[in-house]
Amino acid sequence: MVLINMINPLLVWVAFFAPLVACVLITLFFLRSKTSSSLIAIAGILTSFVCSCLIFTQIFQANPPAQLQQSLTWISFDALTINFGFLINPLAIMMLLIVTGVGSAIFIYSRGYMDEDPSSPRFFAELSLFAFSMIGIVLSNNFIQLFIFWELVGLSSYLLIGFWYAKPSAADAGVKAFMVNRLSDFGFLCGIILLWSISDIGHGRSFLFTDLTAVVPHLNPHILTITALLLFCGVVGKSAQVPLHVWLIDAMEGPTPVSALIHAATMVAAGIYLLSRTFFIFGSSPTALLVIAYTGAITSLMAAILAIAENDIKRILAYSTLSQLGLMVLGLGLAGPMQGMYHLTTHAFFKALLFLGAGSVIIATHHEQNIWNMQGLLKKMPITGITFLIGTLALCGIFPLSGFWSKDAILGLAFTHNTVLYLIAATASGFTAFYMGRLYFVVFWGEPAHSHEVHESPVVMTLPLIFLAILSTIGGFIGIPHYLFPQKTPEELNVRVAIISSIVAVLGLGFSYMIYGKRTASDPLAAKLGNFYTVLKNKFYFDIVYGWYVDHIQQNMALFLSRFEKEFIVRLCVGGLTNLARQGGKTFRYLQNGLVQFYALIFILGTVLLFLLMYH
Amino acid sequence: MIHLGNYLALSGIIFSIGLVGVMTSRNVLKVLLSLELLLAASNLSFVAFSKFNGDYAGQLIVFFVILVAAAEVAIGLAIIVVMYRRLSTIQADELKEMKW
Repeated sequence: MVLINMINPLLVWVAFFAPLVACVLITLFFLRSKTSSSLIAIAGILTSFVCSCLIFTQIFQANPPAQLQQSLTWISFDALTINFGFLINPLAIMMLLIVTGVGSAIFIYSRGYMDEDPSSPRFFAELSLFAFSMIGIVLSNNFIQLFIFWELVGLSSYLLIGFWYAKPSAADAGVKAFMVNRLSDFGFLCGIILLWSISDIGHGRSFLFTDLTAVVPHLNPHILTITALLLFCGVVGKSAQVPLHVWLIDAMEGPTPVSALIHAATMVAAGIYLLSRTFFIFGSSPTALLVIAYTGAITSLMAAILAIAENDIKRILAYSTLSQLGLMVLGLGLAGPMQGMYHLTTHAFFKALLFLGAGSVIIATHHEQNIWNMQGLLKKMPITGITFLIGTLALCGIFPLSGFWSKDAILGLAFTHNTVLYLIAATASGFTAFYMGRLYFVVFWGEPAHSHEVHESPVVMTLPLIFLAILSTIGGFIGIPHYLFPQKTPEELNVRVAIISSIVAVLGLGFSYMIYGKRTASDPLAAKLGNFYTVLKNKFYFDIVYGWYVDHIQQNMALFLSRFEKEFIVRLCVGGLTNLARQGGKTFRYLQNGLVQFYALIFILGTVLLFLLMYH
Repeated sequence: MIHLGNYLALSGIIFSIGLVGVMTSRNVLKVLLSLELLLAASNLSFVAFSKFNGDYAGQLIVFFVILVAAAEVAIGLAIIVVMYRRLSTIQADELKEMKW
């Protein structure tokens, strides 16, 4: 299986560190130069992309495909060994291609999008840092290294969401994303440590995936379930599943390329990737899988429903990301890493496309994000409009675009395994088609009525759109599942499911055309839904409940702890000791009265006392 | 016949007188005198031990003590002279500047 001479390890290291080099170069030398910073960043990610392509061809030269692990010992204590290295296999190389490929398109697009921003060099440095961290997650061969890059990704996400830090809402959104992810990562870390502590079956404990693969079948299934659920905590945060989904919507405060790269195509998919890469753990615990499947299904449906009441173009797309991530998690929960990763891949294509299209619209309309202030953009911006349409149809799962195939893979899996989950997922698909239709009809349909001039975006922005549109179109035909899991034969398309979901998608689009096909000034749905619309507007009250919890319970707890610290620890323990010493000194210094004969007296009494003690 | 106990008793009495003198005299000269009494008392017991043990070790130590006592008196008197010059008094309880 391991054919080391097939893959050149140097290529992997280059692909790994090229974006970091770009980041360091920009930070050190080019923080004032817009052109060179963007070129360096693009060169970095393109280097990674080219290397990934080469590795890809090398891997699939062998049959069965090669896998390669290189590992350096980084920290070594008695029983604890932490490695730094990479493990590259078909799954990893596919993810690497997505990250660097979609990343390259978005880097190039950013050059156009961030052109007017004076601090765009910082943007490119942070974007490169993100690319490096993400590649680190993809390549890591052990849990500790993975966790480090997991946190680095969280950090760069925080930096990029809060890129326009002078805007309070952006700064708050960055903090929110960071805090929510910290919360979930705590569970993740506990899971890693728990897994490590039980991983000794005679060869010592290990963090390495390859070692753990051999160990897991011998472990106590109950502890394994707990471990899997703890590890899943990390996924819930990073991939924004219920109930920790709240950060992803606010994360749309960041620049649009960031939303496309980090909060749609790659970082939020890291959770799905983690589930697939360590599926040997999750797959051996049916209970954990069930929890994962239901979490995914609920997220998928809830986000799809919430999206129909949202008016901000980026936030609608964010809800759709949530919904699709839920679908992927559902696929993983139904023991289908292949289906989940397949959808991840195609989703990365069309969701990046949609976000970049939205960015193009936002730039063209001078930073307008409310869809009710746009109309008829198709005629003004034909390239953006048509590529956006392709993305929309792919997301809805219309034959023969990529979304159709990958979505049906998951729906087919649900159909054969669990009817309840299938119904939830199918409903979510219907809502998806509805809100995407709504978005498209409102923004692009009708007559252009803009007072200010709207132009098509420059080539540097439309080119990535076209590239991604092509990928979204042909994504279903290039045999992605085969490359992901060469050992497994891809399941046949379930025709019944495919027909049902096509009907559902067309119905959703049709309903949206009925309601939004004719131009109205505001959302006609608001009146029809009544109170439920208010519930949707408040996002099912998650933010309000969390806000209440933070304000009342957590704040009081923090106040109590702060008081405990100030009063008990500082004043009583630390202050008490110093006071004891001070008062003791004050009292006993009066012995030092300067009278020689008093000292002589004490001396004699002391001697007498000693004698008494000695001869008693 | 005089026993060792008699010598030691006498030595103890002299020593106690010296102690009381050291602690109660306000005049530093008297304190110095009382110190000499303490030394004399210990010398007495050394000599007594020497006699009753039948060797000269005790007497040898007495010579040392006398030597040290001479030096001590010299330094003590010098201190008293300096004290008198600075404070115009040789009362021990006037000498209490070095306190808390």
